[in-house]
Amino acid sequence: MRSADLLRFNLQLLLRHRFRSLMILLALAIGVAAVNLLTGLGEGAKAFVLNQFSLLGNETLIMLPGKKETSGGMPPITGEAPRDITLQDATAISRLPGVAAVAPLQVGMAEVRFDARVREVVIAGTSHEFFAIRQLQVQQGQTLPALELDIASPVAVIGSNLKRELFGNGPALGQWLKAGDRRFRVIGVLSGKGQAMGMDMNDVMIVPVASAQMLFNKAGLFRVFIQSDDSSAIPAVKLRITALMQRRQDGVADITLISQDAILSSFADILSTLNLAVSGIAAISLLVAGILIMNVTLISVSQRTAEIGLLKAIGAANRDIQTLFLSEALLMALLGAAAGMLLSELGLLAMRLRFADLAFHTPWWARLLALSIAIATSLLFAWGPSRRAANMSPISALQARGNS
Amino acid sequence: MIELTSLCRTFMLGDQAVHALDNINLSIQSGEYLSVMGPSGSGKSTLLNVLGLLDVPDNGHYLLQGTDTTLLSETERARYRREHIGFVFQSYHLVARLTARENIELPLVLAGVAPHERKPKVAAMLAQLGLTERADHLPNQLSGGQRQRVAIGRAIIMQPKLLLADEPTGNLDSQSGSDVVAILEQLNQQGITLLVVTHDSALGQRARRRIRMTDGKIVADEQDAAQTEASHA
Repeated sequence: MRSADLLRFNLQLLLRHRFRSLMILLALAIGVAAVNLLTGLGEGAKAFVLNQFSLLGNETLIMLPGKKETSGGMPPITGEAPRDITLQDATAISRLPGVAAVAPLQVGMAEVRFDARVREVVIAGTSHEFFAIRQLQVQQGQTLPALELDIASPVAVIGSNLKRELFGNGPALGQWLKAGDRRFRVIGVLSGKGQAMGMDMNDVMIVPVASAQMLFNKAGLFRVFIQSDDSSAIPAVKLRITALMQRRQDGVADITLISQDAILSSFADILSTLNLAVSGIAAISLLVAGILIMNVTLISVSQRTAEIGLLKAIGAANRDIQTLFLSEALLMALLGAAAGMLLSELGLLAMRLRFADLAFHTPWWARLLALSIAIATSLLFAWGPSRRAANMSPISALQARGNS
Repeated sequence: MIELTSLCRTFMLGDQAVHALDNINLSIQSGEYLSVMGPSGSGKSTLLNVLGLLDVPDNGHYLLQGTDTTLLSETERARYRREHIGFVFQSYHLVARLTARENIELPLVLAGVAPHERKPKVAAMLAQLGLTERADHLPNQLSGGQRQRVAIGRAIIMQPKLLLADEPTGNLDSQSGSDVVAILEQLNQQGITLLVVTHDSALGQRARRRIRMTDGKIVADEQDAAQTEASHA
């Protein structure tokens, strides 16, 4: 049989059994769409998270107090460690060769008051360099002044959301806020930036690090951001910092250094695994569609028994009969997969229109995966019934009811 | 053309062996017109199935145009059916979703004949059978006689040497029945070997050679003199 004739024969079959075909196509389409949609969403979320981290820039190191060996278990992301990182440590690091800028970070919560309005906000104590390292910009006023780290100047830069909540549409620059028991003068308002590394920069208040230390009565730093001249210098800078801290902390170097690469790759790993797991779950729905195909092919074989007998009588070999049924399943898989892909593309388009800053795209591997699973399950599950059809005795098949 | 030697076919019905074909010896010349008659269960349908290569004998040999078909593989038998044998059934066996034209075309499609070669052949066949007007009708829009004519068209579109008809008039009224018989006999006059299996003695008596079967054995084999052929046409 010619392939064009085979296609026409099967298309006639699909059109003739419209409801049955529609149900199978729907099952396959939903399976394929599920794989594509879920991986598309997963990839979008992954791209978003990785993008957030890459704002850090790949020439930046983060230093945390404590290390796995001293605190046990997880890396000490809480800032609690036996040995504090002090402002003097940060200053010493800034003098190391290859280090371009250092920004200490002290974080705490405090009540911020203006007139009768009170907000509980995150207060970040840091320095002028922080704005450059984290690529923060002000929409009004200025950033923190470039002072010595230990000078507790009573000034603050606030997030755009916080500004709106405390001052409404009124002017914020030059106003005095009360945070805890200290007063700060607003000198700048951050431009909207949204979520970054788990901190909502719209709701934050940034003050000089020495002021934050006084406010929270705490000497140890939460983080130190270190920017090197060049990303290729990072390994050397890491070594120098470790050596320096070892000297300063009585030979232990009780710190953890994280580079963006390490964070990015571990997050990428986690998210990829998650994505794969989710698409695996979606692929199961295709397997279910495969079982549906098996049932439908079985029904088709028994409904078309007389036709099989006839086809054999007019010269179709067992192999031809099997080809007929397998190609019917294949055709259905291809049409179903095409419909599913169309469906998922439309779904993702809608998601992109709704959430503009998330790039939802189904990766090519997921499309190929969905397509090949659809084809493989169709052929796999149609194989048995088609064998049954092929091996039917033409005589008993001709005696079956059906056909006119 | 056909040579059957000590052909046996046995079915097991429960624990009882039924000899559908019991040591059949039969020789059929090219261009003959045979009828096979006999009571139900006499083995005439099994003979037809074996002759049509739909069934394989347990014992004996079946030579078709010099080839021992009992040695052929399943695929080769299918090719023989396609190229040398046409079937006409009592219940027509048309594919319900295909039009008259497509039903007649089906063997050509299975054989992989190119569309531009198929078209004129099918059109000529439709004209020959007087079905040109009904070519694009589905089987359920055709009368019984028309359906059987479509089935005959499908059986002979590959120009087989052997045409096997199983009760070809069994489902037809007498007028359509005699139309169908006329077409079959006309094909026989053009040289096709025609074998009709029937209960209908009027139809059976029309054949020049009449075989009677009982219990899987040939019990009678009458033949008219070749010269009297014209009186039966």
